[in-house]
Amino acid sequence: MPEDTNIEKKPRIGVFICHCGSNIGGFVDVKAVTEYASTLPDVVYATDNLYTCAEDGLNNIKESIKEHNLDRVVVSSCTPRTHAPLFQRTCEAAGVNKYMFTFVNIREHCSWVHMKEKEKATQKAKDLVRMGVARARFLEPQEETKIDVTPAALVVGGGVAGMTAALSLANMGFPVHLVEKEKELGGFVKNLHGLMMTKKSANEAIQPLIDKVNAQKNITQYVNSHVATVEGFIGNYDVSIGTEGSESKEVKVGAIIVATGAIPLVPEGLFGYKEHPNVVTSMEFEELCNKKEIPKLKSVAFIQCAGARGQKVSYCSRICCNVAIKTAINIAENRDNMLGATEEKAEAEAGQVVEEPAAEMKAEDEGLERRRRRRGRGRREADEAADEGGAPSSGVEITVFNRDVMAYGVEHELEFNKAREKRVKFIRYLPDNLPKVSTKDGKLEVGYFHETLKMERTMPVDMVILSTPLVSQPDAATLSQLLKVPLGQDGFFQEAHVKLRPVDFATDGVYVCGTCRGPADIAEAASQASAAASRAAIPLANGYVQAEALTSRVDETKCTGCGTCVEVCPYGALRKNDDGISEVIVAACKGCGCCGATCPEGAITMTHYTDQQLLAEAKAALEEV
Amino acid sequence: MSSATPNAGGEHKLEQEDFEPRILVFCCNWCSYAGADLAGVSRLQMPPHFRVIRVMCSARVDPEFVLRAFQKGADGVLVAGCHPADCHYIGGNYRTRRRIALLRILLQQFGFDPGRLKLEWISAGEGERFQKTIVEFTDVVNELGPSPVRGGD
Ligand SMILES: Cc1cc2nc3c(=O)[nH]c(=O)nc-3n(C[C@H](O)[C@H](O)[C@H](O)COP(=O)(O)OP(=O)(O)OC[C@H]3O[C@@H](n4cnc5c(N)ncnc54)[C@H](O)[C@@H]3O)c2cc1C
Ligand code: SF4
Ligand code: SF4
Repeated sequence: MPEDTNIEKKPRIGVFICHCGSNIGGFVDVKAVTEYASTLPDVVYATDNLYTCAEDGLNNIKESIKEHNLDRVVVSSCTPRTHAPLFQRTCEAAGVNKYMFTFVNIREHCSWVHMKEKEKATQKAKDLVRMGVARARFLEPQEETKIDVTPAALVVGGGVAGMTAALSLANMGFPVHLVEKEKELGGFVKNLHGLMMTKKSANEAIQPLIDKVNAQKNITQYVNSHVATVEGFIGNYDVSIGTEGSESKEVKVGAIIVATGAIPLVPEGLFGYKEHPNVVTSMEFEELCNKKEIPKLKSVAFIQCAGARGQKVSYCSRICCNVAIKTAINIAENRDNMLGATEEKAEAEAGQVVEEPAAEMKAEDEGLERRRRRRGRGRREADEAADEGGAPSSGVEITVFNRDVMAYGVEHELEFNKAREKRVKFIRYLPDNLPKVSTKDGKLEVGYFHETLKMERTMPVDMVILSTPLVSQPDAATLSQLLKVPLGQDGFFQEAHVKLRPVDFATDGVYVCGTCRGPADIAEAASQASAAASRAAIPLANGYVQAEALTSRVDETKCTGCGTCVEVCPYGALRKNDDGISEVIVAACKGCGCCGATCPEGAITMTHYTDQQLLAEAKAALEEV
Repeated sequence: MSSATPNAGGEHKLEQEDFEPRILVFCCNWCSYAGADLAGVSRLQMPPHFRVIRVMCSARVDPEFVLRAFQKGADGVLVAGCHPADCHYIGGNYRTRRRIALLRILLQQFGFDPGRLKLEWISAGEGERFQKTIVEFTDVVNELGPSPVRGGD
């Protein structure tokens, strides 16, 4: 237990208790709490403020520090998660180290959750202030360390995301090492045929980006390569890059961007896949388009969510509905080019498969076209029934079996409506009643339950296209372990915070973008990549990072070198020195305290969250008063 | 701590008229503390017997802290951290889980009901879960009565 004798110089604590208007004052007797605070050991000054965070509240803190020669400050108000930095700056401005400050939360954790029991809430507020003061008595000033940063970056993955990120950093003037495991850059888009909402072929879209990367002198490319080892921490990574058929190369970088993409699920055992050659995935269909090997098509069925949303994986893959819409429009518009492509190869090769927009579209002005397409929306239900048997304008029957169509956002919705204008049928199925793919006399057919008509039906088709979800790269775990960044439950790389820090990892210095983070289309992957590059540029451009002084400290005289801490540290922030004794890499330590709680010798102290401070707080909470 | 006041706390079930349980809650900074904040912002009412201590990660909760707390007369200790796989510090909370399981066994040997120690995963978005956890755990501790250190059993 902490003893008073451990305190070298007698502390001089100031306590500032906030009314927060009536947010606290209305439910807690703040005057009584203030009076009580002034009786606590080492408190030389206690006062209450209407709003401590307002100008006069902050001035009050500064003046009181001077007037009463305070060496530590306790503010008892709202939550440290929003207000600690403000009060810490105020302390520093008055010459008190920011680590000599303690926050006591009597609003979120007291007045707001005990609104009908003023007496008990007041008692609790007193207890909380007593705990804070007990902690404050054991605080120590801390120095924050500045760590130099190597102004260069590593980008893993040479798809749209990786290339975009590498280019932005290179354009800012930072050397970039771009590692791609395949023999060339381009990523998954290379496999695609046409792209959504553009009339460009996938190749036409991606080639300019590849050209720019090739022309950018700051980018060093490593193809047929992989990241072999990574040592270090933000600002100072030593990376070894292994390349097929040549010696591995060592580089130093300050930041790392992960952009390793994803692959589509292979729907093994689902919907007759592999049993019939004309049951293909949407990716395989793109390849067939590229090779101009589409068989004669009179009727095509898409099956959405094949393997997704509760089948093989739990999530919605976000892009497949839009990919199906794109492909359906392509088939509808280019029927003549596609039909019998194998038999009438010459004819097919003569015409471009994607390029031709439908004739009637060219005629109309765009605004009119948009309005017209939007109006199409409400007709869906009626169409599902009416479309049955109706002759599609394109001459190909196209049916999209779906659970619901995720054509999010205006642009995708317009595409959806355009598909429906082209008489693409969208038929809904429920997850407990999946469409069944079978063959009858060697001919493919899809059996399904029509939800609107409430009856079982069968549809003969020439081809079934399975829209399978993107899944994580099979080797993602290897990279995740090398970089000590987490994978989420679906195997994709997991960002620090889904809303507030979407392209950061919780570990500083490592960033993420593109489909390795979860399904995304090209535009989304590219914007994430720009975001990740600018996040990575912050430490690179500053040239240093400031490490919060919340780290572990090893007492060399107590450490027996058992290595337990080295094993438990999630950040590799501990290593054994030449004497076999544990040492902390301050820049890498995040201060979680895992090692401190695990060391069997009590050799590890957590700065600012010492055993002494926490035990004092706990003891104060349980005191009889 | 104060003695019981007759009317206050009337909404909560009290086993013994004047038993005011002392409950210590260790919250990790990133998830559970934020969850508790959200409960406050949402004005979710709960019994006033718990006191929160903020730590960076639930894995910082040294078994010694828990044992000391019981020794000093805590009637219940709750450790709250991020959901598994959600831990701000990669996998700290997995260690917490193992540690708490062991501590339960230890507590029993010291003559404490292991139900006095609870581990709960509460995310930053789960204000209601924080409230529910506090309400339920307070009930459990009320049910168990004062800790043996305070003359209960
Ligand atoms: C069938 C289908 C159709 C699609 N159609 C469209 C469309 O029309 N429009 C659209 O916007 N989007 C479309 N998409 C989505 C599009 O493919 C993705 O948005 C895009 O590929 C994401 O780019 P990326 O750079 O994140 O990943 P990727 O393109 O997958 O690139 C990742 C790169 O990293 C490399 N890599 C992987 N692991 C490692 C490693 N360990 N070390 C080094 N390198 C590694 C890979 O080889 C690859 O080159 C489609 C997707 C599918 C499946
Ligand atoms: S756990 Fe403690 S004794 Fe063991 S190596 Fe780490 S610091 Fe040293
Ligand atoms: S406090 Fe956490 S990050 Fe720092 S050395 Fe210990 S276990 Fe590693």
